[in-house]
Amino acid sequence: MDNAAIAKGIREAAKKLLGEGKVDVVIGYAKGTVPMRDYPYFAYTPEEAENLTWSGFCCNNLALYAIRRPGRMAVVAQGCVSRNLVGLVNENQVKRENLYVIGVNSPGMVDRRKVQALFPGQTITEVEEVGDELIVKGVGFAEKVARKKVMRQNCYTCVQRNPVISDELIGGEGPASHGGNLDKVAAPWEKLGSSERWAEFQESFKDCIRCYACRDACPLCYCHVCFVDESQPQWCGKTQDEADVATFHLLRAFHCAGRCTDCGACESACPAGIKMRRLTMKIEKDIRDLYGYQPGMAIGAQPPMTLFKPNDPQDFIK
Amino acid sequence: MSSKILSKDKLDAFLQGLKGARDVFAPAMVEGKVGWAAVEQASDMLTEFSNTEMSPKDFFFPQTECMMRFKNASGDPEGMIMMAEPALARPRALMNIRPCDAKAFQVLDLIFVQDEMTNDLYWRDKRERTACIGLACNDPCPTCFCTSVNCGPHHEAGLDLLLVDLGDKYLVKVLNDKGAELAKDLPAAAAGDEAKAAELKIAAEAKITGGVSMDQVKSREVMELYEAGHWDRVQESCLNCGTCTFCCPTCHCFDIQDEVQGESGRRVRNWDTCMSWLFTMHGTGHNPRGTKKDRVRQRFMHKFKYIPVKRGGEIGCVGCGRCVQLCPVNIDVRRVVNDMNA
Repeated sequence: MDNAAIAKGIREAAKKLLGEGKVDVVIGYAKGTVPMRDYPYFAYTPEEAENLTWSGFCCNNLALYAIRRPGRMAVVAQGCVSRNLVGLVNENQVKRENLYVIGVNSPGMVDRRKVQALFPGQTITEVEEVGDELIVKGVGFAEKVARKKVMRQNCYTCVQRNPVISDELIGGEGPASHGGNLDKVAAPWEKLGSSERWAEFQESFKDCIRCYACRDACPLCYCHVCFVDESQPQWCGKTQDEADVATFHLLRAFHCAGRCTDCGACESACPAGIKMRRLTMKIEKDIRDLYGYQPGMAIGAQPPMTLFKPNDPQDFIK
Repeated sequence: MSSKILSKDKLDAFLQGLKGARDVFAPAMVEGKVGWAAVEQASDMLTEFSNTEMSPKDFFFPQTECMMRFKNASGDPEGMIMMAEPALARPRALMNIRPCDAKAFQVLDLIFVQDEMTNDLYWRDKRERTACIGLACNDPCPTCFCTSVNCGPHHEAGLDLLLVDLGDKYLVKVLNDKGAELAKDLPAAAAGDEAKAAELKIAAEAKITGGVSMDQVKSREVMELYEAGHWDRVQESCLNCGTCTFCCPTCHCFDIQDEVQGESGRRVRNWDTCMSWLFTMHGTGHNPRGTKKDRVRQRFMHKFKYIPVKRGGEIGCVGCGRCVQLCPVNIDVRRVVNDMNA
């Protein structure tokens, strides 16, 4: 089923749910005001449900908005979003009985920076999806681009494009993966010595402006007070100095260990184009290797960093 | 003032002239992104670009700025010693500033340098020692709305010189004495050149179609705008991250901290953002902007109502469209202002 048909299915499901009073709100996506930026939208009435859409530009993780939200809600969820919803249920931040999952197979979302990079210095005014291709239009040009070429890297290496839980599946199941090998992508760090890793880390994060969009777009980051915002005492400096920037990114990544679904919302949100997944991918690879665990795959499964088992492998604890 | 002509094949000579007494910066490709960089020759500069991803406000208001260093040694008979940070070693010139970003400098002048008591020497000194040379926009972006907010693609405020691209040459509009000194060796423009630049200005303004209306925002009372119902919807998807404030050429809020180690330390000023709950958190535990809605509303009210009321009609937005492009959840300032005005 193509995206337009899925969008129609989502709108119909939402209208029914809202019309019958089964949920107070349907959290989905609506068409953005700029190309390639469809945005989180809250529909409270069947009329508002008409604004819902579905496309390859749905890069925000909507599980974020379910966190501690009162009332009954429906959430449009592709594979990663559903995994984060499962994680939030397991971490007691969302009640399963208050949640209605409108499941969708993800087509793999588009990395708008990759698209822009194909048209350096040119202004893109519209991007249309037609099957496996995008039609990129700008002032004085219209070109076809293969979707695969501009897909977000996390979507390319995704292993769970179908929702792991859904109360209603729009458009049926689709392929689970797009063929990328997550372990291979995470591996380059492993070939580097510690000083080279540090150099690579500094290079990766040097453009950070500390807006915290990565943290704020992340459904794992629901602490009432983030450690960087603690002021009594203040754990982390506020400057652009390397130590302060590194403290934020490293500690945040470790806080997410064993919980990150590689949804890519952090990278899509970043105004500076920073690849924070270079950190989280390696950490999640370690979790897979050491504990055989993938986050958010089953209700009731506990992230390994939150529990103790007598048979935990301990040979890596020095 | 008068206009001059700078032939494009003389651009490098002009640049070298500037460099004699100054460090020169301009928009350039920096690792695949359009950013600001020190330039050595004309070929380092981008000429075909819409605008830099981040605004150039950090030339005057760095994201992190050491204000002074201090010592407070207990046994020191001199007591606490405060040491000023050295000022800019060399004067600077910024080339090819887009008119919106230059207009933002002028808006920030009104904030940082108001009177004897509000006279931010960190901002002022850098402004005084930096020549600002603009490059008019002949092809505004679809997200530009400068013409709605006291600005425009050929706006001159905040600049010493404005260059208008006429094809094989630039018309150089001299805007003040500082500009006249910079352009003194350039030949005078012919009337035809000035007429062509005037035509380009009208054509560029006509290309800006995504404007906002502000007449009602202007006439309505503060509390009417503040209590309007649409804020409940605007805030829904907001992440309360700092992207909009940090990419904004006119956002200027900061936090000052003393970093102390042992008996010495430094006082450092960092950009801060009204999107953060911590920004307004009181020591008592009370937060006057305790909800996301309070914080989202603050940013738009500040720009489009409080600043106009307090600064003689100036607006805290220059219509550059960066926040429209960079907001992770597509909160489009044009839509918000039109809602305020509805």
